[in-house]
Order: sequence, then structure tokens, then C-alpha cells
Amino acid sequence: MTSSHGAVGQAHSKAHSAKETSIPVGTKVVIDEAGLSALFSRLIKIGYQPIGPKVRDGAVVYEEISSPSDLPVGFSDEQEGGKYRLVPGTKGSFFEYLVGPTSWKKFLFPPRHKMWSADRDGKGFTVENPTDDAPAYAFIGVRSCELNAMKIQDKVFGFGREDKCGAGIFSDPGYVARRSKALIIGVNCSRAGKTCFCSSMGGDPHMKEGQGYDLTLTEFAPSNGKHEFMMEVGSERGALILDLLPHREARSADVSMADSQARKARGEMGRKMVPDVKDVLPRNLRHQRWDEVAERCLSCANCTMVCPTCFCSTVNDTTDLKGDHAERWRSWDSCFSIDFSYIHGGAIRRETKSRYRQWMTHKLSNWHEQYGTSGCVGCGRCITWCPVGIDITEEAKAIKNTGE
Amino acid sequence: MTVTKKKAPSKSTGKANGSIKRRAKPKIAVWKFASCDGCQLSLLGCEDDLLDVVGEIEIAYFLEATTTVVKGPYDISFVEGSITTDHDVHRIRKIRQQSKKLITIGACATSGGIQALRNFADVDDYIRAVYARPDFITTLRTSTPIQEHVPVDYELRGCPINKAELLEVINATLNNRVPNIAHTSQCVECKKKGTVCLMVAKGIPCLGPVTHTGCGNLCPSTDRGCFGCFGPSEAPNGASLGRQLEKLGMTKREVRDFFRSYNANAGAFRKTSEAYD
Repeated sequence: MTSSHGAVGQAHSKAHSAKETSIPVGTKVVIDEAGLSALFSRLIKIGYQPIGPKVRDGAVVYEEISSPSDLPVGFSDEQEGGKYRLVPGTKGSFFEYLVGPTSWKKFLFPPRHKMWSADRDGKGFTVENPTDDAPAYAFIGVRSCELNAMKIQDKVFGFGREDKCGAGIFSDPGYVARRSKALIIGVNCSRAGKTCFCSSMGGDPHMKEGQGYDLTLTEFAPSNGKHEFMMEVGSERGALILDLLPHREARSADVSMADSQARKARGEMGRKMVPDVKDVLPRNLRHQRWDEVAERCLSCANCTMVCPTCFCSTVNDTTDLKGDHAERWRSWDSCFSIDFSYIHGGAIRRETKSRYRQWMTHKLSNWHEQYGTSGCVGCGRCITWCPVGIDITEEAKAIKNTGE
Repeated sequence: MTVTKKKAPSKSTGKANGSIKRRAKPKIAVWKFASCDGCQLSLLGCEDDLLDVVGEIEIAYFLEATTTVVKGPYDISFVEGSITTDHDVHRIRKIRQQSKKLITIGACATSGGIQALRNFADVDDYIRAVYARPDFITTLRTSTPIQEHVPVDYELRGCPINKAELLEVINATLNNRVPNIAHTSQCVECKKKGTVCLMVAKGIPCLGPVTHTGCGNLCPSTDRGCFGCFGPSEAPNGASLGRQLEKLGMTKREVRDFFRSYNANAGAFRKTSEAYD
């Protein structure tokens, strides 16, 4: 979080106008349930719209929330290829669940977004740029892999880059405005699921200092009426908020409890990506495995929709009936749709095989050349939410083991 | 820009706005073949929007709405229903001859409809089972979509069609642009709207992954699996979905019947259900 971006939100400035804080970045404290409630009311009071996990239709989704009682209290989940089930978890726990079908990109890069509109005006037309009226979001419950995904999309949409149009460097103003305003309250994972593989994508179930959060929480499972969270400060913004919450200093016992939780989660990773996948895939573009996966792939695009880094979009122009008013809309698209590769003369990726290969090689290999990082954070959503359970780690392994 | 140099039909006047000439009001006809009339009703169901639409067009033939009939040729013909009789075959050819643009609407017109179940059986058995005097009935052995008989300019899917999509097709056609209608799977629509996947989260069988988007995810958003009213998506993999449906507990016969309903005769659905025969 830097203050170099012009588009600071109301909430941002309000937080800054509060009294100075002496809490340094990196401070670890412990809060209880009352502290967590106070966090919610504090955020709302200073103008943030809290967004966080909530149970809806049999899954944990990210939506507007207003208090800890909106959280998935006492829920956990089981995930496998093509299968997700909410199950009872530790009684009273808030964050035992793992990532579900939604990701934060829904808020920063909305599924549908009006880019501009135009009205007929005598001989010509006038163009109007819509104002972005998105509130300052406080994202509560961002997981480590999700924060990594956000940082990948930051590169795509140019957050943190100075615009230099002449040099071809430019950013998406809507994304940058929403991202600059957003407060990130992370939650460390107390466990890992069967489709998780963040550890093999350079991530970790627990966040590290400097990863980009404002505050982060480690939940200690509730027992004997005691329910505490270790809170770490990641930014000055976070410190200003923490300053107003009831808390106590973290003791070494708290820190080691958080450390052992991290070790446990690391040991539970259900999947693993082959380490040199970036180089393996380009050597095997004609591997038979692409045909085999195409037999199973539904070309339905679910993997790309749930992926927290996939950013492809399409642009449509609409008119009113009279043709006096026109609008340009950007909406989520996918490399699995045929129109996506439509160029003059037709689509260039007509077979499912080509589309799956495009998705996987881009995500795991070409992304490095484009953005200097892999496009995968190992959250496992594409495995869980593929209706037929195609497993990107399994595909990579098969190609490595039998390819060149 | 919507500058047209077309000669205006007798009743309409080219209004000027600034120096840009208004387009002439196109003559529209709505035709019915073997169908339930539901898709034509979608047009009438546009209600408030319909008033705007009729301000921009001349309804020349639409028996569901008016007995007034204006002779052809027509600028745009909307065709509902499938071809099930010899008479239909001749009539659709005449309509095509009289129409500059022919747009088919609904599952019957685009795939053959539910009545295409006859394509998988002996139509004489059906006739004997239904009619007291089977000898009075003359019909074809199959129910087929319009595009098997005449060239079609645009197909709008659905059983029934989605009125918002119909308005978009009318709007796009009037403004000489391509309709903003995606051909991806239902899943894309579910995910954009935030509807949780029923198949993954609850194990409910769903045709969404192979079904054309467009209904506004009516069923998945009310806890029902998609049953394919909009026909196959642009790249359906029925065989793979069939295997998954079996894993979710469907019998082979249930899988077959799942694919064999309102769009039974649509290529990919037909192929999948026949593999389960």
C-alpha cells in the first residue's frame, strides 16, 4: 500500500485524519471476539464497505457483510476435484473454511463494467465517461494465496505503475481506483485443503511481512469460551485502525501457536505442482495428453471464471432502439470461449485441445515472460470447481513424466 | 450510425434529427410453425419495451397480435416453430422468398423442439396412440429446424426465448450491428452472477456446462440443475458431462432422457442421447 495513487477514497483519508499512531508496522497483538466486532464497526464508521466470507447456497462466498455474525460461524469445507461440500467445523470458529467459488477479483475487476456511453448530438455525438462510484472496500478474510493473486492482477491492470502513455505504459483507471481504496485484512489458513497447492507456487498458508496486507488475523480455535485472534500490522493504515480496537500485546506463546498452525497447514497441502512446469510445457506442445484432457474438458470456462488471476474480457457495444444512445461494456470472457480467439477470418483456437493448452501454458509458462511471475497461486479453485474435476497439477505431472 | 438510403415503406416517414436522416420503419412479420406460441408471447410480453419497438417498426404480419395483414415483401421475418408437415416445407420457402432477413426464435425453430422426440421413434406409433382416426393425420416423420429447409440469418435460442435477448436481436438488427449474444456455456453466466455451482457444491445434475447461455440462469439460481432449454453451447462435450452425471448417480436411461427434451434434435444433444440408447 503506497500513497502515491491519487485516487484515495473517503475511508482512506478518514483513517489518515485520525490521531497519529505509535503502533509500528510489524506489531503483533491479540484481539478477542469483542475486538473483531469493534473492527467491523470501526471500518463501517470510517466509511469502508466490509466485504467478506458468508455462507450462501451451500458454499462460502464473498459478499457485503457487516458484523462477525455474518461470517461462516462453525463451518468448514471439504474439497476435491469437481466437489465442494460445506461441513460442520470447530464450533464457533470464524475462519476454518478455505477458499470458495468467489474471489476478490469480482470487486476489483467487476464481471460487467460500463466503459463509456455516447449520445447523438446534432451531426456528431458526445461521449461520457462514467464515474466510478464503487465504495472503499475493506476485504476481510483475504487468504495468502488470494493476496498473491491480487498482486498478479495488479501487474495486469497496472496498479502501482506510473502511467506513461507515450511509452505504452498505462493502467486501468477503474481497477487502480478500487484497489487503492481497498483495505486488505488477511486471514492466515489454519489448515490446507485437498486441492490446495500454494506451497509449490511460491506461496505459504500464512502471510509474510511485506506481502501487502494492512492487517492480518490468525484465528486460534475457540475453546472454553476463549476465542482469540493474533493480529499483525502490515501498513500504517492498518496501524491506525488497530489503535482503536481493544487488544493486548502478543506473547511468545501466541506467536509459537501461530507458527505451529502454519506448519500444520503446510504439511496438509493436498496437491503439488511440478517445480519446473514453466519449462516443461513449452517443450511438449504436441503431447498426447492435450488430446486426452480435451476428451474430458467441457470447455465450459468455469476454471477461468473462478481463477483469481484470470483477467480476460470482451468488449461489447450496445445501442438503444432508436440508435441515439450507445454504450461500451467490458465483461469477463475466457480463453475457453471460441469467440475469444476470433480474428479476421475466424477463431484461431477452434478445438478444446487448443483452448485448454492455451489456458494452461499461459497460466504456468508464458505468464512469466509477460509479467515476470507465474499466473497460478495454487488456490486450487480450478480443480474444485471444474464440473468434471480436471486437475491442473495432475495434467502438468503427466506431461512432465511422459514428455520431453 | 444509422443512415439509411432505403426507400421508406408507404406508411412510415423519415424523421430528421439534426442533419441525420432517420431510417425507414422496417416491415416486420412474425410466423408460426409447429410450436406452442410461447416465443411469440415473449414478444408480446415485452410490454413497456414493446411500445418503443412498435414505434420503430411496422408490424405487417403478426396474427398472435393483430388480424391486420400487410402483404410482403418483409424486411425482417421472425419464425417460431419447427417443420413437421409437407405444407410447412412449402410455406417456409415462400416466407424466405418474401423476407430480406429471416430470424428463427426458440427451440422449435432452431432445433425441432420437444416434438422432435418423434425423430427417435416411429411417428405412426404416436399417431395411433393419440388420435381416434389416425388416417386423418398427415405429417412428416420428423420435426426439423427451419435452417434445415431454408437459409437463416440469425437463430435465437431458448424454450422460450429470453425477452431481453429478443429485444437485443431486434435492436441490433434495426441498428445494423451484431447482436450482443454470447454462445458460451451457462456456467459463464452463473459465475458472472455469483450463482454457486449446484453440481460441484451439491451434486445436483446440471446441463449448464454444455448448454448455451441466455436464460439468465433461471434454474441454477433457484436450486435446480439446468435442463438445456437453450440447446447446446458453442463447444459442448456431452460425452464427458454424461460420464459425470453417471458419477453423480444418474442411470444411463436418465442421462439419455436428460439430453433428450426441448432440444433433443440439436446436434450435440442428439449425439449424446443416442450414445445412451
